[in-house]
Amino acid sequence: MPKLLLFDNIDEPGLATLDVYERRGGYESLRKALSMSREDVLQQLLDSAIRGRGGAGFPTGRKISFLPKGDMQKYLVCNADESEPGTFKDRELMQKSPHMLVEGVIIAAYAGGISKAFIYIRGEYQVQADLVEQAIVDATQAGYVGEDILHSGISISMVLHRGAGAYICGEETGLLDSLEGKRGNPRLKPPFPALEGLYDGPTLINNVETLATIPHIIRMGGTEYAKLGTEGSTGTKLVSISGDVKRPGNYEIELGIPSREIIYGLAGGPPSGKKVKFWFPGGSSAPVLTGDDLDVPYDFDSMAKAGSMLGSGAIIIADESRRVLDTALKLAKFYAHESCGKCVPCREGTNWTHKMLERIYTGEATPMDLDLMASVQEQIIGNCLCVLGDAMAMPIGSMVEKFRPELEAEIEAARAANEAASLEDVVPMGVADELAGPLPVH
Amino acid sequence: MSSGRRPMSVPRFRHGSRVPGWDDAVDLSKPPATVPDPATTEVPQELRATVEAAMAKYPDKRSAAIPALHAAQSMHGWCSPEAIDQVAAVMEVTPAYLTAVATFYDMLETQPRPIHDDVYVCTNISCSILGADEFFEAMVKAAEDDETIHVSSFECLGACDIAPMASVNGEYIGPLHPLDATRIVEQLRAGEDVMPLKNLRLRACQDPSSHPDGHNGNAPSSESH
Repeated sequence: MPKLLLFDNIDEPGLATLDVYERRGGYESLRKALSMSREDVLQQLLDSAIRGRGGAGFPTGRKISFLPKGDMQKYLVCNADESEPGTFKDRELMQKSPHMLVEGVIIAAYAGGISKAFIYIRGEYQVQADLVEQAIVDATQAGYVGEDILHSGISISMVLHRGAGAYICGEETGLLDSLEGKRGNPRLKPPFPALEGLYDGPTLINNVETLATIPHIIRMGGTEYAKLGTEGSTGTKLVSISGDVKRPGNYEIELGIPSREIIYGLAGGPPSGKKVKFWFPGGSSAPVLTGDDLDVPYDFDSMAKAGSMLGSGAIIIADESRRVLDTALKLAKFYAHESCGKCVPCREGTNWTHKMLERIYTGEATPMDLDLMASVQEQIIGNCLCVLGDAMAMPIGSMVEKFRPELEAEIEAARAANEAASLEDVVPMGVADELAGPLPVH
Repeated sequence: MSSGRRPMSVPRFRHGSRVPGWDDAVDLSKPPATVPDPATTEVPQELRATVEAAMAKYPDKRSAAIPALHAAQSMHGWCSPEAIDQVAAVMEVTPAYLTAVATFYDMLETQPRPIHDDVYVCTNISCSILGADEFFEAMVKAAEDDETIHVSSFECLGACDIAPMASVNGEYIGPLHPLDATRIVEQLRAGEDVMPLKNLRLRACQDPSSHPDGHNGNAPSSESH
């Protein structure tokens, strides 16, 4: 049985309430952290070498240490806008153990010298938002949040902010704009949010899972936590697995175990004994891997080496009965819909990729379109303010590269079907002349 | 690029544009002249209280735009010009500013519709692999002659473990089968809980007992079909 931190007792009834959470040792880490100096807490996080769980994998301790020192107003924003297709780990955490998140936010805010914290939750998570809201109210009453936390003299306020349905608001600067009450357009970086973020103040932005792990790091000690996982990817990770598997769900794994163990061992593999055709290792933005890559260790560095990424830790499995084209079209349509429209390569690139894929279905595509599509993806990557465009370009590019023969066959089949269909409408020549009537005279 | 020439260097401002003031086109600190007059704009007391409470939560009142529009929408059914004027009068911002916000977000409706039940059907990757498109079609068909049920296809709702799934008035249900659609409509009309046994709240993180063969329980819930 793998060692569990975040998911220990996760399905216990009532864990979302303060009583049960406290009985399970909740808020002990906060007491411990407040008895330490800020610098010591930060050092524990640096020692743990934990990398951000939202997608980019940036070391969390270093992110906190980038915040300027001093008395200026600093902000912490928890990114709970979990919208990456295939990802549902933060939903599970917030629904079942919202106090773990609240505790993590307060400890992180303490480490960064921050007095105002916001949790930005996606609008669709209404049940979860209510639970987190209740957790904040209860924790405030119990003295864990608000003024003079546990008589330490430290004050940290916490506000839950509900979004209204926009994938782009999961991008950190888009999220900041949205939280400021604007359209969620990403900002030009630099300046990075650590220096100029929310309301132009220094801002620390972290994912739900990252923050919820912090109480465990404080409890265990940073160096002890770092013994879990691999050298470059320490600790445990929540993995959301879905698609063609027998037991979809959220699993906590130690980073570095073979992907096969997650897909087959934990989730049971594809139903009815089919083989894995392709899979996304880290949400829909990650380049796809095939059935040959099942033994790649599941950690940040190994995934990068295999040409993909760990991303948000969401595995989507498609078995051999699925068409690559269907998934590619869903992907392109999604990103075209969610592109905020600020940068041309993303706005036009996602849109045209979607149109080119639709052309395959209608039998109007030629094999050359695949080259064109691949080149469009290359033009998007790295040319926009944020990585939304890249998030489509990378998986689509990898699909064209890895499944080219299949896509060519799709193009040919659709073209042949289209040709046969349109031939039925062709009228024999003499008849056509009669139908057309007399030639127009100019 | 292929020309082999070095790109000409273009003088740019610090914000990255060649146009001065490119990113300060909207001066949000100026009191705009077109803020609805609070004296002549009637705002329901309940809405005013909600919006003011939201504004008080943030260092900058404009942060309350989304919660305020949400409140107005649940009162009016959609972000109608009247609803936007009311919020604008309380927040002291222009209706144009709020309209810009409302049009950006999928959950804020800028087209007229009655107060309604919301059914968001996820048609993203994991759900569509397991048959979401068929369910969506069935759902649209089942609700087509009932204008109080608002069915829309939605991007990943973050519940791929119960794929294919839908969010019915905020409650997540799944896995769903096309044959479930009529039952959902019946339950909405009767004002009952929708598919209570398929509610996500009941689900454990993982489902080790589930469905030794076949998909994750993707079968119609009602035996009669």
